[in-house]
Parts: sequence; C-alpha cells; structure tokens
Amino acid sequence: MLIGVPAESKPGETRVAATPRTVGQLVGLGYDVAIERGAGARSSFSDEAYAASGARVADRDEVWTADLVLKVNAPTGTETGLLRPGSLLACLIAPALDPGLVERLTAAGVTALAMDAVPRISRAQSLDVLSSMANIGGYRAVIEAAHEFGSLFTGQVTAAGKVPPAKVLVVGAGVAGLAAIGTANSLGAIVRAFDARSEVGEQVESMGAEFLRIDVADEGPSATGYAKEMGEDFNAKAAALYAEQAKDVDIVITTALIPGRPAPRLLTEEMVASMKPGSVVVDMAAASGGNVAGSVADELVTTANGVRIIGYTDLPGRLPTQASQLFGTNLVNLLKLLTPGKDGRVVLDLDDVVQRGMTVCRDGETLWPPPPVQVSAAPAPTAATPPEPAAPKPPPDPRRKYVVMALAAVLFALVAANSPSVFLGHFTVFALAVIVGFYVISNVAHALHTPLMAETNAISGIILVGAILQVGSNNLVVAVLAFIGIVIASINIFGGFAVTGRMLQMFRKD
Amino acid sequence: MTRNLVQAAYIVSAVLFVLSLAGLSKHEKAKEGNAFGVTGMVIALAATIWLAASQSANALLTLLFVLVAMAIGGSIGLWRARVVEMTQMPELVAMLHSFVGLAAVLVGFDSFVEGGDTGSGITIHLVEVFLGVFIGAVTFTGSIVAFLKLSARIRSSPLMLPVRHWLNLAALVVSAALLVWFVASQSVLPLLLMTVVALAFGWHLVASIGGGDMPVVVSMLNSYSGWAAAAAGFMLGNDLLIVTGALVGSSGAILSYIMCKAMNRSFVSVIAGGFGQEVSLGEDKDYGEHRETNAADVAELLRDASSVVITPGYGMAVAQAQYPVAELTSQLRKKGVNVRFGIHPVAGRLPGHMNVLLAEAKVPYDIVLEMDEINGDLSGTDVVLVIGANDTVNPSAAEDPTSPIAGMPVLEVWKARNVVVFKRSMATGYAGVQNPLFFKENSQMLFGDAKERVEDIIKAL
Repeated sequence: MLIGVPAESKPGETRVAATPRTVGQLVGLGYDVAIERGAGARSSFSDEAYAASGARVADRDEVWTADLVLKVNAPTGTETGLLRPGSLLACLIAPALDPGLVERLTAAGVTALAMDAVPRISRAQSLDVLSSMANIGGYRAVIEAAHEFGSLFTGQVTAAGKVPPAKVLVVGAGVAGLAAIGTANSLGAIVRAFDARSEVGEQVESMGAEFLRIDVADEGPSATGYAKEMGEDFNAKAAALYAEQAKDVDIVITTALIPGRPAPRLLTEEMVASMKPGSVVVDMAAASGGNVAGSVADELVTTANGVRIIGYTDLPGRLPTQASQLFGTNLVNLLKLLTPGKDGRVVLDLDDVVQRGMTVCRDGETLWPPPPVQVSAAPAPTAATPPEPAAPKPPPDPRRKYVVMALAAVLFALVAANSPSVFLGHFTVFALAVIVGFYVISNVAHALHTPLMAETNAISGIILVGAILQVGSNNLVVAVLAFIGIVIASINIFGGFAVTGRMLQMFRKD
Repeated sequence: MTRNLVQAAYIVSAVLFVLSLAGLSKHEKAKEGNAFGVTGMVIALAATIWLAASQSANALLTLLFVLVAMAIGGSIGLWRARVVEMTQMPELVAMLHSFVGLAAVLVGFDSFVEGGDTGSGITIHLVEVFLGVFIGAVTFTGSIVAFLKLSARIRSSPLMLPVRHWLNLAALVVSAALLVWFVASQSVLPLLLMTVVALAFGWHLVASIGGGDMPVVVSMLNSYSGWAAAAAGFMLGNDLLIVTGALVGSSGAILSYIMCKAMNRSFVSVIAGGFGQEVSLGEDKDYGEHRETNAADVAELLRDASSVVITPGYGMAVAQAQYPVAELTSQLRKKGVNVRFGIHPVAGRLPGHMNVLLAEAKVPYDIVLEMDEINGDLSGTDVVLVIGANDTVNPSAAEDPTSPIAGMPVLEVWKARNVVVFKRSMATGYAGVQNPLFFKENSQMLFGDAKERVEDIIKAL
C-alpha cells in the first residue's frame, strides 16, 4: 500500500509527518512512501534525504490520493476533498473540540485515526503524540522563558558579584510540566511545581523540583489519567498558593489542560500584577483559552508592570527537526500496530482499545466518541473497600517507661545487694560491653551484614577459652566433653574468620 | 603473675574484638577489622592455653589434648570455609551458630560437674550454669533447624501446631520450675531435663517460622549464640567471654532489629520467637493477565535504555545467575547505560546476602544501592530487571491494606517505565501472596531459569 505524506499547509506549521529515518522504518513495514516535494524543508530534511531512504518525492495530488495519508494537522476543507474514499488518514484531529471536522471526514468516506485521541495506557505510550509533543513543548517553554528573562537561571558567585538563581514555578505536572521542570532544573534554577493530582508529587520530586502541597482532602486519582476539574475548597486554597508564589518567583510556566474543556484560569490579573517586573509567564494552555489572565494565543504580551506573558501555541513546532522525528516515530509505531503481518497491509482491529479509541470514523460511519477506557495505574477507590482502619493505639504514657525503668533498677539493686562482689564486677563488664556492641554495630553498611555476621560468629567461638580451661581436668567426663567443645568451637573460629576473609576479598570498588 | 599476664592478654583481645566489629562497619576498614579479630583471637587463645597448661597437673597432656582438638576443628572449619558456595553462606552461618550453642552446653555441664571456684556464690553459679545451658541448647537446635530449612533439607513453610504459643510459654514455665529445683537440689537431673526441654523449645521456635523470615532468624540466632558465650563467661568468671559474648549478642540483636524494621515486624515479637505469620492465604482475586516477553525483546529494551536498575532476589542465588548478571552489567555499562542495583534489606536468606553474591561476581559495590537510596530514582528509570525477587517488589505492600505484607517497605519498581520480571512460573513468593506487579501494564514476564535467560540476553546484545 502507498503512504502519502503531504506538506503541512497550516500557517506557521514547521513540522512534517515523516522524516528520512521514519521513512526507512515505514518501508521496512512493507509500504511504499510518497512525500510531497519540499515537505520537510522547514524541518531541515531535504528531498534528497527522503529519496535516499526509500521514499518517492511526488506531487501534491499523488500524495493526497494515497491509500494512507499521514499528516501532522487536520486537513482543511479543500484538502479533505482531495482524499480518496476508503483511504486511511492519521493526524491530529481533536474530535472532541471540532465536531464539524468529524462530520466532514465521515462524509468523505475515509477512515480517520486521531493521533491526539490515543488512550493513556502504557501500551499505547509509544504512539501518543500528545506526550511526545508535550515533552518538547515543555522543554521549549523554558527556553522561551529564558530568552525573555533578563537574568541567568543558575546562581553564581563571580568576581563581579553574586547572581541569584531564578525561581521557576511549574503548574501542572503532566508530561509538559515534568519536561519543563527537568529543563529548568538542569539550567540551574530553583524549581517548584504544583499539580491538582497529589499522586504526581513523587514524579515531580524525582525530576528535582519541590512539590508544593495544599491541605485538602485528596479526591483520588482520576480514571482517565488526565487531571479533572476540582472542587471549590481546592480551588480556593490553590488560588491562595498561586497568589503567594506569584510574588516570589521569576518564571511561571502553566500547563494545566483538561481534555475537551476550556483551560482552567489559574493566575488572575491581580496575581500577574503582583509579580516582579521582568518576570516571565509561559502559558502553555493559551490555545484553549489560557491559564493566565491576559495571555493571548501566539503572542508575547507585556503587562503594565513589565511582566511578559508568552502565549505561543506552536512550542513543539519551534523545534521542528526533533518534533517531526518524534511525531514520525509515533506514526511508525501506529503503523506497526496496524500492520501485524509487516507486509504493507493495514488491518484495523476495532476490538483493540487503542485502535478503537483513535478511530474517529470509518466507511461513512462516525465512531466518535469511543467507549471509555479505564487507564489509571492507581486502583479505583471502588475496586476494594479498605477495612475499617484500626483505631490508632494511644501513644504509651512516657511516665510508664520511667516507672518500669525505676522498678527494674530497684529489682536489680535487691539482687545485687545479695550477690558477691565478684559477680557485680562481671556484671559491670557485661552491661558496658552490651552498650559498646550496640553503638559499634548500629551504623554498619548494609552490604557488610553477611561478613559481619560471619565475623561475630567467629568471635563468639571464644567460648573455646572455657573448654580449654576445662580440658586438663582430672574428671574424665569433663575432659571428654571439653575436648568435643574445643573441636566444634575451633570449627567455628577458623571457619568464621576464613569465610569472612574470603567474602571481604571480593568486595571491590570501580 | 601468670594470672595477671593472662588478664592483660584478655583485655587486649577484648579491645581488638571491639575494633574488629567497628572495622567491619565500613568497606574501607573491613579487611583490617577481620585482621584485628584474628589477632585478638590468637592472643586470647595463646594466653588461655598457657594458663591451662600451667594450672594443669599434667601440662604436656593438656597441651596435646588442646592442640589435637584444635587441629581437628580448625581443619574442618578451614575446609568448609574454602569450599562453601557463596550462595550457601546462610546455611554455613546457621551451622556455625549451632556449634557455639553446643559448645556452650558442653561448657555449662563441665562447669557444673567441675563445681569449682569461681568466686561467686554457689547459688549464683548454679543460676549461671542453668541459663548458659538453656541459651546454648536453644541456639543449638534452633540453628540446626534454620540450617535444614535454608539448605532445603526440610520444608521451609512454618510448622503450625495448634497451640504453639502455649507450648512456648509452657517450655519457659517448666524451665523456670526446673531452675528452682536445680538450685535447691544441686542435682544433675533437673539440668538434664531442662536441656531436653530447651532443645525441643529451640527446635519448635525456629520450625514455626517461615522461610521468608529466615534473615531475621539467622541474625537472631547470631545474637543468641553471643548471649550463650556471655553466660559461659559468667559461670567461669571469665571477663573476656562476657565482653565478647555481650558484643556479639547485642550486635546480633541490632542486626535483627534492622531486619525487622525492613519487614515491618515488631522487634519484641521476633526476639520472643514464635512470630510465624498468621496469614490467611490467597483470596482468589482476578488480577488480570500477565504478558510474556522474550530475551531478544528485553535486549532491545536494554539497548535503548539510558538507565537500568536490577533488583535481585533469592531466585538469582538459586539459579546462580550472579555471574551472567555481572557480565550483563559490565556490557551495558560499556555502552554508557547507567546500571545500578537496588537491594532490599531482606532480599535473600541472610542480611546482605545479595551484596555478597554480587561482590563475588565482581560487581563494583558503589553501584549496589540500598532500597532507600534507589527508591526515589525508580520513577526516572527506563528499565527495571527483577531477577528472582517477588515479595520485595510487591505493590500490595504499599497499596493493599488487607495484604499479609501490608506496610512492609518494598522496592517501588512499578514506577519505572518498563519492568521485566524473571521468574520460573507464576507461583507466589515466600510470603505466599500474589504479586499484582506481574499484571501491571508496564511489566512483562520472562519465564525460565534466570541464569539461562540472562545469558540469552547477553547473546542477543
């Protein structure tokens, strides 16, 4: 079957749906690939490079009438008209936001796969363009912010004075947010992050940022894997947090998106006004209404108090070479799924949740929306009713401890008063040795537990001393028992030391 | 004069023993620590042999006895130490503990028969003898059971007698009664009876503990063997024995405590013994389906990974897979992959068991990390290879409050992007609990012998 890759017609679009590398992979799956002349130019891929990896450089009409059309953006009205009925189209469609487009595609009789409707299950991660684009978008957001920001990100102490590190707040710890956190962190900034899903706190911390928490009853993980709209109480507390952080940080990057809804408003005008002049806000949700008051899609706005609000919606497209490569690889992974025989034939299996979820329409029939898919890794709260938590034990009264200690001391004093002094001398030694033992061992490295145990085992063979002193006895029974005692205690001593030595020989450092 | 010199030698040995244990807490000083231990032992033995010879009526005969006995024991010990497989280290250590216990019993009986001049009053002496023999006997049979379980000569599942807690209590009460009788009558009969009771008690104590708890049992027996030596020191009036026994006893207790914390068990209930699980096993819950993979795919996964964490368990020891694992590690490291090991505190059957195996296979110890060090990094890890571990990577410990292992800290491998589990079959681990990890979206199962599978991966790489 023939795959056609047209040049993108959307103004400002720099990406392309296939790169020379992914063309090679598509050919490996048994497909013929035709790419529109100049399609890769803005991503720095030349027609020659495509040809060298097995694609045919073709005209616009031929590309659009191929059996499969791979694209980045949804086709325009005229482009839809070029599609052959019965062909397959894979691109960004946003079916939830653009029902008109879904109707047009259905009418055109094509099978349309929405690359932005991949269910968020792990198996489908490799074809999820939202993730791969969000990843580079998050990176680019930090770069854009750094570009507009008048200072360094990293703190330095130089001969010309001290440079304070930039403070970055990332709101929304999805893929884009985490990528932004990682990038800002590696530039040397102090990074804080907030997300409505408290379960992502660990991921945030693993990227090197501080996770800001607010004190509110957890509403649990969402079933779709995306964030959901939160309750009143939560929003009030979150707003207080943003207001407080806005005064402190230099850079704010907001990535809060709820699929199929306008972006939640996180930063109000007052909060932006309270920021320091020269601060930068990157609103990654500007395309769907914006998280920040005053942000304008695709524009850089400077507020009255000198805060720059970046509303670029083409952040991934600003890294066209890599974005195209990732997008193309997502498409290759989709085709791997669609081509089980690796023979260049598409087999669409609507029983597979991934393929079903992406399919918007087929053969003139609208298949959107798909049945819901349960994807969250965390167990749903209804799955099992946890047992009643046992009432926490009241903490023991500290006075009780002292009473017990006092009783023990009195008891010991009674025993000691009736004991010979020699015994007390021995007991002193014993008590001190126990304490020494505790302190010497408490900070042993975990890796050395086994050698340590073998060593203490060898040392406890010191009981041999007792047997040696008894072996010279005139009582035959005593002598024989002592003899046996010496034999077995010797096994212990020699064996224990030798095996400890053997183990220690093996520990080495690179 | 002789006595004072010997006493001086004992003090030097005691100090050397303390230094030895201190040295063994750190990698850099561990070898030095072992040397201190050996030196201390040589000094103590030389002084004792001299003392024994000078006290004895027939010095030459005594010397001969001692040297012959030591030669026999020493050669057995050295031979065992040389041939033992590192994977069998737990068995060896358990076996050696039983020797200390037996020696303590013998010394106790001797000390009673000899009667003797220990300086302390006769009542105290009898109590000391009694306690020494008791602890020694418990250590002896307990260690033997631990040895048999570890070497798979008997079943490792816990022995569940219906009234086991009462049995333990009864053994203690009977022993206490025998102590009173023994002190009052000064006859050997109650001592013998108590020895039998204590032997049975030790046997039952360890028999009722499941194989999964063996790391704690081994270090607990280590502690007991120390207390046995200390008790012998009291009855002989020998400070060196007391110091050494107390050192070993408290260090074993601390080790057990560390183990208990790692397994979320109460320290007191462990030391008291009979802490075998009250587990209600396996509700038949549907966990979904697991996915199988093959060596070539895993190799592919590893080639593309930038960070890999390997979490080994007892299965790696059983399959002797540590050498291929080390080989795989060095190959991946050459390719620039960041390979690290995550070791759960109770992985294996002995504290630190995995570290010893990996060290044997020449894995550098600075990439072998503890659970707490690695857990934070797991979410940023591309691939986790779980080799023969099960309970220590079980998410139910963290997620399912009804699970028998709930609350036990575990390696949170499921947070990594990909998890490959090496396993023989879908059977459960030592705790007998199903592991939801195998059914997670991001985990894949690689069935078969861990050693062969790792070798296959190396070939595919």
